[in-house]
Amino acid sequence: MDAQLDFKAGIKDVMPTVFGYIGVGLAFGIVAHTSHLSVWLVLLMSLIVYAGSAQFVITSMLLTGSPIGAIVVSTLLINARMSLMSMTVAPYLQKESMGQNIAIGTLLTDETFALSMNKLNLTDRKLRPAWFHAANVVAYLVWAIATVIGALIGSLIPDAKAFGLDFAVVAMFIGLLYLQMITDRSKPLLRHLTVAGFVAVVMVVLMRFMPGSTAILVATILGCLFGMAVEHHE
Amino acid sequence: MSKVLITILLCGLVTWLIRVVPFALVKATTLPKWLLQFLSFVPVAILAAIFVESLLVYHQGQWPSVNTENLLASIPAIIAGVISKSLLVVVVVGIVAMALIRAFGWT
Repeated sequence: MDAQLDFKAGIKDVMPTVFGYIGVGLAFGIVAHTSHLSVWLVLLMSLIVYAGSAQFVITSMLLTGSPIGAIVVSTLLINARMSLMSMTVAPYLQKESMGQNIAIGTLLTDETFALSMNKLNLTDRKLRPAWFHAANVVAYLVWAIATVIGALIGSLIPDAKAFGLDFAVVAMFIGLLYLQMITDRSKPLLRHLTVAGFVAVVMVVLMRFMPGSTAILVATILGCLFGMAVEHHE
Repeated sequence: MSKVLITILLCGLVTWLIRVVPFALVKATTLPKWLLQFLSFVPVAILAAIFVESLLVYHQGQWPSVNTENLLASIPAIIAGVISKSLLVVVVVGIVAMALIRAFGWT
């Protein structure tokens, strides 16, 4: 990753995350296939909902016959953290048109959000739509294709986990977190580590009382408040 | 229209609003300084939360247990990150580590 913010740089920068989309996308396609969703519905869900963990939950709730309202509320809770990411990115694109803002927001994911935060540290705190669109569109297409392939070959793969591909997404978040901590010089490294450590402890406690997706949202908010308190104290 | 299709459309609409409304709000107003300070912690906090969530397994009404496979595979991935500072290297090392852990049944 460098300071380039054009379309080509966006494609180049998003490449390492593609493994994560492929790993999770194949896994989703396989799960959806075994849950009796047709390939067309898998494609539609990936294109319209476009949210990894929510798609797994929607699929399993459809299988167990949950009411539509309950599925929609679950989706809302799982994806609520995305609004924090959107709000964090948006100030850097405030000068762009509303259309550009909506287009970027529409395809923003955990991964492209984290990439853009890494990128800011190399570009003097600037982002451009061309770079963002490239990263977003590549991620969107790879996700859709991977889920469809998973649904098509789901019955042929006895144990997809054997290849370790499903761990790609976790490894990717490890890389993005580490790079964010060492390249975001707006705060000392020790403060990044303190906030991350605090969030880790809070996650363990929260998951005693709520599922992981909700815990992520609450722990992030508490982590940010904790960071503000530490910063204020110094 | 089938129930599945309605569900997909409604879930898509909700997710889209979650993604887009903050952009529209920020475009229309200027965020106060305290909120910008709050948001400056979002990247590290949210990535740490997502990572830790993948190391835990949720059990309703009980303490979460540790996902040993993911925890073990994370160690070489973290070391690879510190040495290489490259996202691609971290991902590849992580995948290989997980494949080895499973092949040798180390968990």
